[in-house]
Amino acid sequence: MSDEVAGRASKRDRPWVFRTYSGHTSARASNELYRKNLAKGQTGLSVAFDLPTQTGYDSDHPLARGEVGKVGVPISHLEDMCALFESIPLERMNTSMTINATAAWLLALYVAAAEHQGADARLLQGTTQNDIVKEYLSRGTYVFPPEPSLRLISDMVAYTVDAIPKWNPINVCSYHLQEAGATPVQEIAYAMATAIAVLDAVRARRDVPKEKIPSVVSRISFFLNAGIRFIEETCKCRAMAELWDEITRERYGVEDPKARLFRYGVQVNSLGLTEAQPENNVIRIVLEALGVTLSKRARCRALQLPAWNEALGLPRPFDQQWSLRIQQILAYETDLLEYADLFDGSPVVAAKVAELKESARNELDKVLGMGGAIAAVENAYMKQRLVEAHTARVRAIETGKLPIVGVNVYQEHEPSPLLAGSQSILTVDESAEREQIERLRAFRAKRNAKDVEVALRNLRDAAANRTNVMPASIGAAHSGVTTGEWADTLRALFGEYRAPTGVTGVRVAEGEASSAATDRARAHVRRVSAQLGRPLKILVGKPGLDGHSNGAEQIAVKARDVGMEVVYEGIRLTPAEIVQSARDEGVHVIGLSILSGSHGVLVIDVMERLRKAGLGHLPVVVGGIIPDSDAERLRAAGVRRVYTPKDFDLARIMEEIAELVAESPAAA
Amino acid sequence: MERLLARDRDAVSEALNRIDDARPGQREKALELLGALERAARFPGPPRVGVTGAPGAGKSSLLDAIVRTLRASGETLGIVAVDPSSRRTGGALLGDRIRVRSGASDPGVFFRSMAARERLGGVADATRPGVTVLAAAFDWVFVETVGVGQSETDVATLVDTLVYVAQPGAGDLLQFMKAGILEVPDVFVVNKADLGAAAARTAGELAAGLGLGSRDTASGWTPPILLVSARDGTGISELVEALRAHRRQLESSGTLEARRARGKEVFVQETLERRYGSYGTALLSGSAGIACRVREARDASAFALVLALGREIEDALRKPLP
Repeated sequence: MSDEVAGRASKRDRPWVFRTYSGHTSARASNELYRKNLAKGQTGLSVAFDLPTQTGYDSDHPLARGEVGKVGVPISHLEDMCALFESIPLERMNTSMTINATAAWLLALYVAAAEHQGADARLLQGTTQNDIVKEYLSRGTYVFPPEPSLRLISDMVAYTVDAIPKWNPINVCSYHLQEAGATPVQEIAYAMATAIAVLDAVRARRDVPKEKIPSVVSRISFFLNAGIRFIEETCKCRAMAELWDEITRERYGVEDPKARLFRYGVQVNSLGLTEAQPENNVIRIVLEALGVTLSKRARCRALQLPAWNEALGLPRPFDQQWSLRIQQILAYETDLLEYADLFDGSPVVAAKVAELKESARNELDKVLGMGGAIAAVENAYMKQRLVEAHTARVRAIETGKLPIVGVNVYQEHEPSPLLAGSQSILTVDESAEREQIERLRAFRAKRNAKDVEVALRNLRDAAANRTNVMPASIGAAHSGVTTGEWADTLRALFGEYRAPTGVTGVRVAEGEASSAATDRARAHVRRVSAQLGRPLKILVGKPGLDGHSNGAEQIAVKARDVGMEVVYEGIRLTPAEIVQSARDEGVHVIGLSILSGSHGVLVIDVMERLRKAGLGHLPVVVGGIIPDSDAERLRAAGVRRVYTPKDFDLARIMEEIAELVAESPAAA
Repeated sequence: MERLLARDRDAVSEALNRIDDARPGQREKALELLGALERAARFPGPPRVGVTGAPGAGKSSLLDAIVRTLRASGETLGIVAVDPSSRRTGGALLGDRIRVRSGASDPGVFFRSMAARERLGGVADATRPGVTVLAAAFDWVFVETVGVGQSETDVATLVDTLVYVAQPGAGDLLQFMKAGILEVPDVFVVNKADLGAAAARTAGELAAGLGLGSRDTASGWTPPILLVSARDGTGISELVEALRAHRRQLESSGTLEARRARGKEVFVQETLERRYGSYGTALLSGSAGIACRVREARDASAFALVLALGREIEDALRKPLP
């Protein structure tokens, strides 16, 4: 190595932490994947949990059917957690866990697993996502009502600040807001509002003395999105860093500038990744990664890049490796890490940052004026703004105002060799669920029932008496309590919650609502309605535990805009509930949306139940991330249409739905 | 119809579809079915309760709590929820079902969403017929609508008991007092009582407003003002008890019959007006004339009257001008 090269290397900044959001099938399979990824140069872990784990159900719960091991790893008890990190020394690992409603429990299991390894819990490093507000707004894996949820979060903050001082107890997420359609201003404002809700709750606790607040503030981290408008994204990150510095000083009196640092991790945008010509997504991912690494002053601390083909199904290890290599090339080959901030002194960037900050301040003040983030969840204010923003985006794609290469422009293309072969996505083995349930039952059989009973009583007492639930939860983890038992105990005490859907109050601007295609669909719906004797009525809902409701919401809003009467049922429906709704509501057609890959089991279950209820004549359409082979199976089971992300023309979808109804017995 | 009276859920749903069918020929069949249902029904039938209030007051969650309470005592419910339609597109988003989750897979709870369509208020054309259908098959009938001022009075004509849901700190109270709306409801509920002082203050304002108003005290019923919380369950059993008490009072004072008769009158007038316009109803000497005819035909059902009087108008319209 020449001296010059060596000199450059020594001046380089340390790179951010490289992670890949991953986990599937079982703890053992995920452990293997993690070890392989670490061997390839990944420097931190990012655990994806399956939906039953995220929503507090054991793998053998009826609601878990079809979901076990699908979008992440199933963790039902301590043995699962120990298996997940086997031969990975947790004392030296930096682990990010995407877990929210049940975050206190998964952290408890993590601590217990570390103690099993003989590690010192005080040395653990990592992050629990734990942002419940964005679950209500976008991601949908909430369980409890806002107030007890906020209390669980503040319990974790109060606990970790002493017991696991290097842990980030909450990762305030603007990521999912952008996925739900948020503008940069909304992203900034609502994330800040969420952070304020949490800090206000912690500050109000008697067990957190005033002098602890700076340490608490310094452990609040953020999780951002980065879209394709990467210059604006750079400015957004800088604006958030400045705002956070101001808010923590003004509102919480934090004097130490280091405690006011805006620390954040990133997963770049999935919303903009296309199913059409998916190889182009690699380029999008690279540019988006630049948006959050270019500016040293506002560079992310950790980065996760999605796989190029995730709009098609679950990525394979090869696909994830490709994304990891992007990070490594950016950090190790380019000269990105050799310079001071590139944008300091740029009047263009300064002006954009100032503009974003001012608009975000105004929006933040509006939310605070309503009583803060929780109030603005309950009155559906934030949700409505997001659905509106997303509707505007979808309309812009439909009308071609927002060009997306390969989707609404430049659609002609050569066949992609990357998509050849049936193994171009990962499929979770159907036996995974059965095996996980067998392990769970064996675990239940061998644990000490008395210990479990005592542990659950302690948990209930702590939760009821407003004592911190963390020690009782760690105790419960060691005693062999399961995920479902932990969550059920708190469900009995706190109750369950349904967040407002935000679709009913959505306003669509005249110009955006009207286009030739939409007008045509509207006329078609009117004709079919006359044929039916009443307006065409559609049921839109999401079976299963998946809470990503953005797609279903857009379908619901569009259906209303073409003149349908829409029963919007929201998320987490059982097949039995869907069938009961379809009958009670007298709908003409059913639209189901699924993103978790559990469409096989759930949709086919709905179809069977409809037939049994004498409703087999109702046309059913399904939308979601559905690989071709699965679409074939769904059609064979009687599903009339299958829509995937490449079907961006909602007006056309509406016309097709109207046509299906016109052909159905109801119109005879 | 037998299936309906035997509380067959499929029959309930089919009947609700049929009464909403605007195809020529279907309307008359629907009116005949409804007339037959009313004849078969024994007075007074299940309690009919309206739940109204401003958007965001928590009507649906309150209803959800009521569902739980009534189901716990083994009673069944039929619910109609009305949402506005878009004036521009004719479409509607019906999102209340999502918040009345307790009945989502319970055969003892039937939930039908309706779009108000071209009607501005909180009532759809199919709402009253819907109430008749549900009354044939369930122990209680609830109608949930958004309160936009006028709709309180509209709903009041098709239920026995109207519950008005207010939320703490809402600025709409004064408006409603001015509009005289506070004179209509039979039970007032201040939801979100868990908010504490703000809820108590709103209840106080309501009490003051009611004291000033010119309530018809001849009925012998003083509308209670209840502090409840759908969230933590406070006051829900008291609310259900108030619904039962109002029903007992209506029966013992004999006002229930008068109230239903008044509702029938309004329904027949409005339906004819909507179907034939003022030109058509003038042929029956306008609303006063129709009211007279309704009162004369005490034993006929509202639907049979719509059918019979409608035919009269059609016949008159067919006659050549002199």
